[in-house]
Amino acid sequence: MLAAIAFYIFAAVTVAAAVMVVAARNPVHSVLWLILAFFSAAGLFMLLGAEFLALILIVVYVGAVAVLFLFVVMMLDIDFAELKRGMLEYLPIGGLIGVILLVELGMIFSVWAFAPEAGTLAAAPAPAMAQATNTEALGHVIYTQYLYAFQAAGLVLLVAMIGAIVLTLRHREGVKRQNIAAQVERRRKDAVELKNVKPGQGI
Amino acid sequence: MEITLTHYLVVAAILFTIGIFGIFLNRKNVIIILMSIELMLLGVNINLVAFSAWLGDLAGQVFALMVLTVAAAEAAIGLAILVVYFRNRGTIAVDDVNLMKG
Repeated sequence: MLAAIAFYIFAAVTVAAAVMVVAARNPVHSVLWLILAFFSAAGLFMLLGAEFLALILIVVYVGAVAVLFLFVVMMLDIDFAELKRGMLEYLPIGGLIGVILLVELGMIFSVWAFAPEAGTLAAAPAPAMAQATNTEALGHVIYTQYLYAFQAAGLVLLVAMIGAIVLTLRHREGVKRQNIAAQVERRRKDAVELKNVKPGQGI
Repeated sequence: MEITLTHYLVVAAILFTIGIFGIFLNRKNVIIILMSIELMLLGVNINLVAFSAWLGDLAGQVFALMVLTVAAAEAAIGLAILVVYFRNRGTIAVDDVNLMKG
């Protein structure tokens, strides 16, 4: 009973926040609604017993991705009113495609069923809660069975990091930078010149 | 009042549809389009985790983890491209991104 109430609250908040993300006039508000949607989706994950993913969703999505969005929205000086103009123009076609998609998905929900042997086909059967927590069980699976996929995920993040740096790094003209190699190369004879100055004459 | 797998699938489907709808509604604003893509990926994740929980199979949660990783990478790269584009053009309107069409 309590779980059902929690599910309906989390689901309603997620959907409402998602609607506000796409409908909000101010993109800063959109980002804040997105954060709310992520939080309530994390609540749904908790209800499903996927605690690790729920907390990862909060830490990674709310803590990193949403804040990244917030940075970019606030950093760029964009005329959002100009971008919003013509929004209603796309409302009919967007609504039409949305309704079609929803109807198609609804048709699937009415007819689908598990295969009779579905319960025995688990690739990585989850242990009972008493034996291992969700995080522990997930860790066992990730570091053994799905090790290569895990490494590939790390590689994806590395490439993304390098790509973001390469894209946004720029060398401005006229900015003084430290050149360590040149500093280390510098010798006494490059820097100091001894002059034998005769008394009373100057150089 | 029993919550079944279908309840979660319906929420995921609605989230995915809102994401698609948002892409159409905010055709000019790339930031909102990126956020809509995040919403769609969130819907997919709910699907994966719901099936994982119902079938007692951790593979679904591992896959959701991969989706999270790719979504984070995609957001970072997308926003980096956006920043570079804004630096060059002074706007983020995607109507005239077809500059390189030749």
